[in-house]
Amino acid sequence: MSIAFNPRPRRPRFSPVACSPVLGALGAVDLAPSWFAEEDALEVRIARTARHRRAVSALLRWLTYAAAAVTAAVLLFVVGYILVRGVPALSPDLFQWEYTSENVSLLPALASTVIMALLALALAVPVGVGAAIYLVEYARRGSRFVRLVRVTAETLQGIPSIIYGLFGMLFFVTACGWGLSLLSGACTLAIMVLPVIMRTTEEALMAVPDSYREGGFGLGAGRLRTVARCVLPSAVPGILGGVILALGRCVGEVAALLFTAGTVAQIPDFAGQGIFALFDSCRTLAVHMYTLACEGLHVNEAYATSVVLLILVLLLNAAMRVVAQKMEVSKK
Amino acid sequence: MLFSLLSELSAGAAGGPGAPGAPAAGAPGGAASGTPAPVRAPKRPHALREGVARVLFATAAALSIAAVALICLFLLVNGVPAMAKIGLPEFLFGMTWRPANDLFGIFPMIVGSLYVTAGAIVVGVPGGLLTAVYLSRFARGRVGSFLRSGVELLAGIPSVVYGFFGLVVIVPFVRLLGPGTGLSVLAASLILGIMILPTIITVAQSALDAVPARYYEGALALGVDHEHAVFKVVAPAAASGIMAAIVLGLGRAIGETMAVVMVAGNMPIIPDSLLSGVRTMTANIVLEMGYAADLHREALIATGVVLFVFVLLTTMLLSVIRKRGEAR
Repeated sequence: MSIAFNPRPRRPRFSPVACSPVLGALGAVDLAPSWFAEEDALEVRIARTARHRRAVSALLRWLTYAAAAVTAAVLLFVVGYILVRGVPALSPDLFQWEYTSENVSLLPALASTVIMALLALALAVPVGVGAAIYLVEYARRGSRFVRLVRVTAETLQGIPSIIYGLFGMLFFVTACGWGLSLLSGACTLAIMVLPVIMRTTEEALMAVPDSYREGGFGLGAGRLRTVARCVLPSAVPGILGGVILALGRCVGEVAALLFTAGTVAQIPDFAGQGIFALFDSCRTLAVHMYTLACEGLHVNEAYATSVVLLILVLLLNAAMRVVAQKMEVSKK
Repeated sequence: MLFSLLSELSAGAAGGPGAPGAPAAGAPGGAASGTPAPVRAPKRPHALREGVARVLFATAAALSIAAVALICLFLLVNGVPAMAKIGLPEFLFGMTWRPANDLFGIFPMIVGSLYVTAGAIVVGVPGGLLTAVYLSRFARGRVGSFLRSGVELLAGIPSVVYGFFGLVVIVPFVRLLGPGTGLSVLAASLILGIMILPTIITVAQSALDAVPARYYEGALALGVDHEHAVFKVVAPAAASGIMAAIVLGLGRAIGETMAVVMVAGNMPIIPDSLLSGVRTMTANIVLEMGYAADLHREALIATGVVLFVFVLLTTMLLSVIRKRGEAR
């Protein structure tokens, strides 16, 4: 890392004084006899440079303040606008168990969201945590396999959700023959959130000090037991953080679900069909909101739905904060 | 380090490595040579259970490779034949998208995606970077922690909510600015710019936070004030992280679908002004996949392939930037 400190303070680039010494000289010549001006010009120039520097500093400072203020204003505006328009639109009609085109109830979508997210996490968490355990605890660091897994995980993380949607449609819906269904949607989501869980779990495991592992081995435990009893418990808050992040992505996802889970506004009928309800099509809350907003017939209901989505996000953020605090405590 | 070396030696003495596949330990040179080996377990009687666990974990790790391979495979198998049928130049550079007449040119969509992404960068990057600087080096106390949690909240808001906000607030605003419906490049750029803010802020901020304190202190010791030290010394030192933040934002913007569909107007033409409608590649897929069949459907998947290539390019760019950052 090479940061060359220039011993001579460079003149600010955009200074009219620095940019046009000719102009400055002309001014000096115009105003006073040359011998007097020369003596004066040095002092004036030093003072000008200092003043100029202070001005640039103030400008930079106010620019950062302004940017922060704009960010805060955007946040408050987005959240505030949705809340102000949406909260009055919340009505008991929206929370009925059956969706009809009259009540536009969001409760089925909410229930489907919960089922979908839990199913996706049930698929993704064991795989993601297992993969992270392998990378951190088993594999030799820097081996070719580890590098390949890292690269693919990074690639997965960068793939936009619409591509996941396309893949889910081609693979789970068509090739596996599951149709537009809860299961197809959950599997697609699971692949989508897998890198998030892997990444956070890896970081959490790496933060566990080696002395824990040495302690486990020293007591005669094998690797599996050491990992399960000594390492994993202290990594749990970090893993939970990843799970919450993943949950947030599941709740907000539309593009990956539109062509994998479909848009049927009903809760999958687990009571009636048992396990086969997995093959029912259902819409999550975000998909529900998208269809409402696109139809344009139920704008108030769309506001209300976005309020519910926002509240879910806020709850997840609060949960995240609690987990982060736990992590701080466990570090001490 | 000493301890792990000892345990390695003892594992070697106990008769072979605890883990199959690892080279037989024993030579201290192996442990000392750069790559930190994980702490080695002594050989235990539960060899079967250990072996099964190892295989299971390795399978889990291999699943992410399998996922990427499957995604590539399925996209290519379903998309490339369509490209061949339409003709690659006609597909990539064709100016008309009219599935009813079997005209599948996605050039307007490629240009649209690039326009909208560039717009998002213009809108989101300056504010995002300056906010990151503020959070990293200027913010104190309550204001900073409020803004930090605010940025987290922005990151968590689903894209449909952004899209809806764009539809009910930004689009009417843009309509006031000039002719047209307000569903436009400008509206899409604005909403995308807001959406990539949290990505840019968090990544750039962590890059700025990671700059060693001695850089800043050295600058102060040379008589520079706080602002100049931050902008002329700390920020250049975090350059690779800041570039990574911008590229990550770019990747998010080019792949974003729902918010863009809701505010961009979606006409498959090359926009001639900021106020005219535009259709991105992502929008093209989402809009027509619901009812497409045969070649039309395959052409949409091929659009996905092109998008995928763009995304892979940004991912590669990102890893190049990261590597350079590490090398410095």
